[in-house]
Amino acid sequence: MALCTFWIDGKKYEAEEGSNLVDAAKENGVFIPSLCYFKHIDPPLGTCRTCTCKINGRYNPACTESIKEGLKVEVNTPEMIDMRKALVEMMFAEGNHFCPACEKSGNCDLQHMGYELGISTTRFPHLFKDRLIDYQPKRMVMEHNRCIKCRRCVEEVFTSDGKRVFMYINRGNETQVGIDYEQEAKLSESEAEKAMKMCPTGAIIVRGKSLSKPFGDRAFDMESSQTHYRHTITDKPKVANFEKKTIATVSLAGCFGCHMSMLDIDTDILDIAELVSFNKSPLTDIKTFTQRCHLGIVEGGCCNTENIETLKKFREMCDILVVMGECAIWGGLPAMRNTIPLGECLEEAYLNSVTSEKGENTVPYHEDLPKILDRVYGCNEIVKVDYTIPGCPPSPNHIWKVVKSLLWGEDYSLLYSEFKYD
Amino acid sequence: MGTYSSQKKHFSVEPVRSHLLSELWQHQLQEGFVSEESIKKLSELHQLSEIEVEGVASFYHFFHKQPAGKHTIYINNSIISELKGYERIKETFERETGAHLNSVDASGTFGLYETPCIGLSDQEPAALIDFYPFTNLNALKVKEIIQKLKQGKSPEDICDQPQDNIRYTPVNNRTVFFAPYTRGEAIKKLAGLGPDGVIEQLRISELAGRGGAFFPTGKKWDTCRSYKDTPKFIVCNADEGEPGTFKDRVLLNNQPGSVLEGMIVAGYTVGAQYGIIYLRGEYRWLVNKLETEIQAFHDTGLLGADAGGIKDFNFDIRVEVGAGAYVCGEETALLESLEGKRGEPRTKWFYPVEKGYLQLPTVVNNVETFAAVARLLQVGTFEYLKRGMPGSPGTKLISLSGDCKLPGIYEIEWGMTVAELLDQCGAEDPFFIQVSGPSGECISVKEKYRRISMLDLMAQKDIRCGGSFMIFNSHRDLVHILMNFSEFFKHESCGVCTPCRAGNFIIERKLERLNNGLADMNDLKELKSWGTIMKATSRCGLGKTASNAIIQSLEKFDDYFKARFSATDNSTYRKFDHSTAVEEYEHYKP
Repeated sequence: MALCTFWIDGKKYEAEEGSNLVDAAKENGVFIPSLCYFKHIDPPLGTCRTCTCKINGRYNPACTESIKEGLKVEVNTPEMIDMRKALVEMMFAEGNHFCPACEKSGNCDLQHMGYELGISTTRFPHLFKDRLIDYQPKRMVMEHNRCIKCRRCVEEVFTSDGKRVFMYINRGNETQVGIDYEQEAKLSESEAEKAMKMCPTGAIIVRGKSLSKPFGDRAFDMESSQTHYRHTITDKPKVANFEKKTIATVSLAGCFGCHMSMLDIDTDILDIAELVSFNKSPLTDIKTFTQRCHLGIVEGGCCNTENIETLKKFREMCDILVVMGECAIWGGLPAMRNTIPLGECLEEAYLNSVTSEKGENTVPYHEDLPKILDRVYGCNEIVKVDYTIPGCPPSPNHIWKVVKSLLWGEDYSLLYSEFKYD
Repeated sequence: MGTYSSQKKHFSVEPVRSHLLSELWQHQLQEGFVSEESIKKLSELHQLSEIEVEGVASFYHFFHKQPAGKHTIYINNSIISELKGYERIKETFERETGAHLNSVDASGTFGLYETPCIGLSDQEPAALIDFYPFTNLNALKVKEIIQKLKQGKSPEDICDQPQDNIRYTPVNNRTVFFAPYTRGEAIKKLAGLGPDGVIEQLRISELAGRGGAFFPTGKKWDTCRSYKDTPKFIVCNADEGEPGTFKDRVLLNNQPGSVLEGMIVAGYTVGAQYGIIYLRGEYRWLVNKLETEIQAFHDTGLLGADAGGIKDFNFDIRVEVGAGAYVCGEETALLESLEGKRGEPRTKWFYPVEKGYLQLPTVVNNVETFAAVARLLQVGTFEYLKRGMPGSPGTKLISLSGDCKLPGIYEIEWGMTVAELLDQCGAEDPFFIQVSGPSGECISVKEKYRRISMLDLMAQKDIRCGGSFMIFNSHRDLVHILMNFSEFFKHESCGVCTPCRAGNFIIERKLERLNNGLADMNDLKELKSWGTIMKATSRCGLGKTASNAIIQSLEKFDDYFKARFSATDNSTYRKFDHSTAVEEYEHYKP
């Protein structure tokens, strides 16, 4: 095969004519994110669109493009970076991706893409569509909420007599990957595990296998696929002097885990105590604001009217508002109820639970009690949020790097291993 | 279910898998749904896993997994139907049948469903009952229909015969499509022209694909002709799903002959043996008409062995009926559907002219294109070029509907302005016009002096019209119209690629915010930016065009949006509907 010259972001590279653009870029050290591309599936699936680039002036996915002489590709222009980010954000918004509660966390391609692209929050509203989890297959569980419809399993998993085990069913936003119970039972143990591993998210789970071995470091924990991974905060506020700053913190519909993480920086906390003072915060037990603060840190989303009031107060009293943790960003674990009508949740909890006696209990309602909202809202849906720190909980280093950067305009550079969703 | 003539046999070159769609139809029509047993039977027949058959069945919304009633009613929920009284019709149907929307009544007699545009926008509100058309509905009429059905009358006997409503043809007998038609006149000319001659005629006449993409027809046929693989196929795309479009319906009803003849010409030119008309399920009531015409062609020797008296030219045509999936109007999705698969568009690795149906060279053209070819050969290129304007000769069929006195078909010469067209149809206080359907272009009445032609590739100056004009007056709620479009795309996306499947869903949520008065300028900006991302990254034309109307209306109706949504761009508080958020909880107030 002949070598061709092609261009990525104005730089000249060489690759074999006809080779796939994703591979050719990778060989030349340029990372083009992709979630559905498998080298051996031909023609490529082109379903996830994450590898969209500007190719000879037109938007096209890199995975369906082969190298030709003089090909001009834009990969890392601000526009393309933003567009690819948007596509991965869409997947997060479309499914219910609760990383902390997912078996695949740490080995999940989707999560990995999130890290690589530095997605701390999605710009899109989470859709919270109610999709049932299919427990009927003998060996597997299909968690449809996690499926990104990449089609890998549909194209790759066959029984020994050549029948498909997985297939798309329905259409439009109802599309999901159905599993054939009869064929699934015919798969060998190793074939089933292969299907689980092939899934880029935690949608295909093999019973008894997904957590069979204890995990230490996971595939996507430590190292980035990009040679120059750098995650920085843009639009840094210019606050130069080193006066002592005031911080307020609060936990709304959260578990205080993020607060615990804040305390987890060991002896560095002594330095911090010299640099900042805490106003309203569970750490000081000050219940109401006594002054305006430089920075407000919010953990947890809004599940009741009291949360909303508190959050609004924070917005009012703090110059910069940072939300930390998955719950504050988009609802997180409490938002698991968002796919279920509130009435069902309340009645299950208070009226029909195993421990409640028929007709004895009521759903609590009192003028002194906050009112429960129809669903859990991310903070960003109630007030403008300036910065988000992902994680469940975020690593202490991540939290304090952000705080220091925001308060004193310090350089901020986050390590790949510090940027996590779980 | 009604009595339809059995669909014509598949060609012997087609593999059994290609029979799947019509087999699913048989089960649906005979049993009223596609049962688990049916799926099992078909999977055994085709040596497929059950999930694969279910995957195909569940893709098409006319196939039901649960019994859909002895009589299955589909009410059209397109925007035009909404303007013309969809809500009242729906309520009347619900009251009279006892079935709620998307369900079957207790006795199992009536199944009531909604479906996007059924191609009767000029006589809305309309519905299909057992796939027979019922038009110009009102509460009284619905009541009568249901009573008759309850008395045991068959929908076939009491259905309406949709009017063609041809409102305008070019003056001085310059019509191309609606001149008197005599069977076989175009075919007669083939022997004299030869394949090269036909392509030359198409080139001179600058005929371009009338489905809306305007790809030069001569070029497409010539390319297909150059491939040596055989057999080749001619596919007529009669999956006219774009809401507001019904020109193909009128052509197929008014003169199926010229469509068949166009296909035969194509077959002769590219060296194909087989023609397939992929008719949308909504037009099932036209199957008999088409098959009668095909039979007449056979009887007069225009189809079959030595078709049209041309030695060694064997050509046959059959009809395949779609089952409710807008995306199958996309040519590669259509081919997948013909192959008995889910109607998912292919990646553009190959074009159909090279590897189309069954990976064999295939010409896919729109109904109107085939009819135009036949008419063109019949009147002669010289005559044809006198119509229209330089660079854009000929005429175009436009399906016009909405707020006007005379909805129907307008055959215009290319070059007519929007203003003239609005004048002809008696548009009442036009304000917002959606051209070429929800995926097309939206224009403001301020642009009414733009010409309709195929000159302008990017449609900057002139308007390229794929076939429909939906007119909305100034009292119509723009956000409501956009929501109708976005809901349509959400359902009709094939679900394969992320930006279209998730994007349309997300856009709909955003429009809901607009509709509930919770949006500000920032939301509008986001809408536009998200729409642009969908446009750039979607896999096929559906996703690439689904946000057109939103992006364009935000640009063109700036005043409207500004007046409606506050300019709180950098507000620190998001608009939040407190009372709705606690409404459910308030039920527990003792």
